[in-house]
Amino acid sequence: MSNLMSGAKILLECLTRENVDCLFGYPGGVTLPLYDAIYDHPIRHVLVRHEENASFAASGYARSTGKVGVCCATSGPGATNLVTGLVDAMMDSVPVVALTGQVSSKLIGTDAFQEADTFGITRSCTKHNFLVKDIKELAQMVHEAFYLASTGRPGPVLVDITKDVFQGQSHYTPINEIHLPGYKVFTEGHAGQIRRAAQMIWEAQRPFVYAGGGIIAAAASPELRELVETVDCPAVCTLMGLGGLPGSHPNFLSIPGMHGSYAANMGMYETDLIIALGVRFDDRVTGRLSSFAPHAKVIHVDIDPSEIGKNRAADLPIVGDVKRVLTKLNKILHELKPSMSGKNSDARRAWWRQVREWKTEHPLEPQFSATEIKPQHLMNEINKISNGTAIVCSDVGQHQMWSAQLIRFDEPRLWINSGGLGSMGFGLPAAIGAQMANPGKLVFAVCGDGGFQMALPELATLVNYGLNVKVVVMNNGYLGMVRQWQELFYNNRTCAVELGSFPNVEKLAGAYGFKGRIVESPLDLPGALREAVEEPGPYLLDVRVTPYENVYPMVPAGGAINEMVLGPPQPVAVGD
Amino acid sequence: MLQVISLLMENKPGALMRVTGLLSQRGYNIESLTVARTLDPTLSRMTIVVDIESRLHAQVIKQMNKLINVLQAQDLTQAPAVLREMVLLRVRTAMESRTAILKEAEIFGARVVDSSVEGFALEATGESEKLEEFIAVMESYGEIEVTRSGMVAVSLESKKLKLSPPVPKPGEAVSV
Repeated sequence: MSNLMSGAKILLECLTRENVDCLFGYPGGVTLPLYDAIYDHPIRHVLVRHEENASFAASGYARSTGKVGVCCATSGPGATNLVTGLVDAMMDSVPVVALTGQVSSKLIGTDAFQEADTFGITRSCTKHNFLVKDIKELAQMVHEAFYLASTGRPGPVLVDITKDVFQGQSHYTPINEIHLPGYKVFTEGHAGQIRRAAQMIWEAQRPFVYAGGGIIAAAASPELRELVETVDCPAVCTLMGLGGLPGSHPNFLSIPGMHGSYAANMGMYETDLIIALGVRFDDRVTGRLSSFAPHAKVIHVDIDPSEIGKNRAADLPIVGDVKRVLTKLNKILHELKPSMSGKNSDARRAWWRQVREWKTEHPLEPQFSATEIKPQHLMNEINKISNGTAIVCSDVGQHQMWSAQLIRFDEPRLWINSGGLGSMGFGLPAAIGAQMANPGKLVFAVCGDGGFQMALPELATLVNYGLNVKVVVMNNGYLGMVRQWQELFYNNRTCAVELGSFPNVEKLAGAYGFKGRIVESPLDLPGALREAVEEPGPYLLDVRVTPYENVYPMVPAGGAINEMVLGPPQPVAVGD
Repeated sequence: MLQVISLLMENKPGALMRVTGLLSQRGYNIESLTVARTLDPTLSRMTIVVDIESRLHAQVIKQMNKLINVLQAQDLTQAPAVLREMVLLRVRTAMESRTAILKEAEIFGARVVDSSVEGFALEATGESEKLEEFIAVMESYGEIEVTRSGMVAVSLESKKLKLSPPVPKPGEAVSV
């Protein structure tokens, strides 16, 4: 089959073949020919209000489904506005394809109107990028982009397309083959290494599972659960891996790291075997690397060879897709169980006793007050409504940490947050993407009063598309996480963190044509959340929480994970 | 510590930028970089000499291998390999030193590529240290101008090139 088509139509044909049903974008000069083709095409284009939010929405779509999220922007400012979202997707390994327009190939390099070196700028923000100057290469490159974004360690891929390519005509032949000779993906895992891992696991006295975003990306939740139950060891999921093991699972110890649970961090410190699955030993997890898990051997499974040994040396590296590796590992663990599991049963019972002790000593617990709404109380109420099943798209800051600590996720792809890059303004647009992808699901956007205002224009998008997103602003009047650091590490010299004014959300949501409500009393909170959820369409809640609450436990940056600060410092007498 | 990296890569626009970007984003300074086509014109061979802490050498090779356009990245710092560099040097000299310069050039295996009343242009190849000596000797005869090629290297071990075969485009669906 071959027929003469415009580049814009070829692009849309490729998107159709990639099963793209939804595109988050913002039009502009050089993408006019593309939008002219979209006019006749069934693809759903979601018009956001800022290109950065197109990239975040595509990310929310991808994170909540595992499918490739697609965003689109024009040349110059459109493309540069995508950059934050691309870096964000890179850091969290999210499959996103960004399509950008570029000035005509004849004009490249002439400082033409809205020209920017998108290909150069996005080199380090993407897994790979393409510049299409010849219409004959368009289809091949678009399919390669989707292939790269979604296979191996997922990530963002950008395709920069010149205006003359959109406008040109070419005979289109469907691409049926991808050939990237230098793209190496190791999925299977070394059989001998997997067998050795199984032995190490049964030989360990204090095994500990450290599972991350790789579990979600590989859809390896059932295999992770099987491993944890076969070995019957404590397990943590990182901020990127929440929902990988059901939050209600008895072996689950919440998140590790800077704001991880006491049991998670103590367990990680005392274990003699870390079973690291799809994780990258991020500094927010390990704290001071030299004091991280000093007694432990490490089994490290990851699909990206460059992650292994990057931060912490692995005693047993396994490069592979964590789902396939775990499937094989579980099989061998079962085989060896009768002969080996009895060996260390006393030590393991003692290990569990210790872990349970840590758990009861300092549990992650919601806090309540009769007079004011504690932020933890808010998360607890959201948790009750969600009951482990709602999609929660978080922004970045204190509310993100409380959400991760106190909202339970019983399935993967429910907890959506900017983990690696920590991009404020992520929550609301990500919720737009998640809701587009999951129209039947309850979706919360949990934001702070800072990050919410970074994404404010997207309220219009919610209304435009009738999106059933419940925006909950945890409003403490501060850029709380920054203030927390100023209080703790900068001698309480708080600077540029007081937000001062915040719009009246009843009027604000009203101005956009939907409902908003301010909640100030803890007594009103459950009812207000219930109302928000029951009201069809978007809803905006401004929950006024205790201004001075800080997130604990906390491992100070550069500290060892077993040296957590468990609560606010005791008041110090001023004066003498 | 200097690391010698040999890359076999697809000869595509932007491929060089990906390699240099990977190094510069980590703050590594490139000492030299040479690149040219291979027998297969769709591929290039690149030799990079870059100053990187030894403990990070393996990580850099892994990162290089992650680049989509890179078919093979090898660390030749410790591996059996021949490392060579070429220098083109112009020396201005007085008449009475000309014979001495030619003798010195011969010792270093250098060739005269141009001769004029002002002096010579010389070409020498060899290991970097030897070339440095050559440059120092020539400097003692007069004003010099030097262009160095940067290091080129060939591994003496044959390492099997593993390439990914073509795959059918996944997720095949409807077509217009």
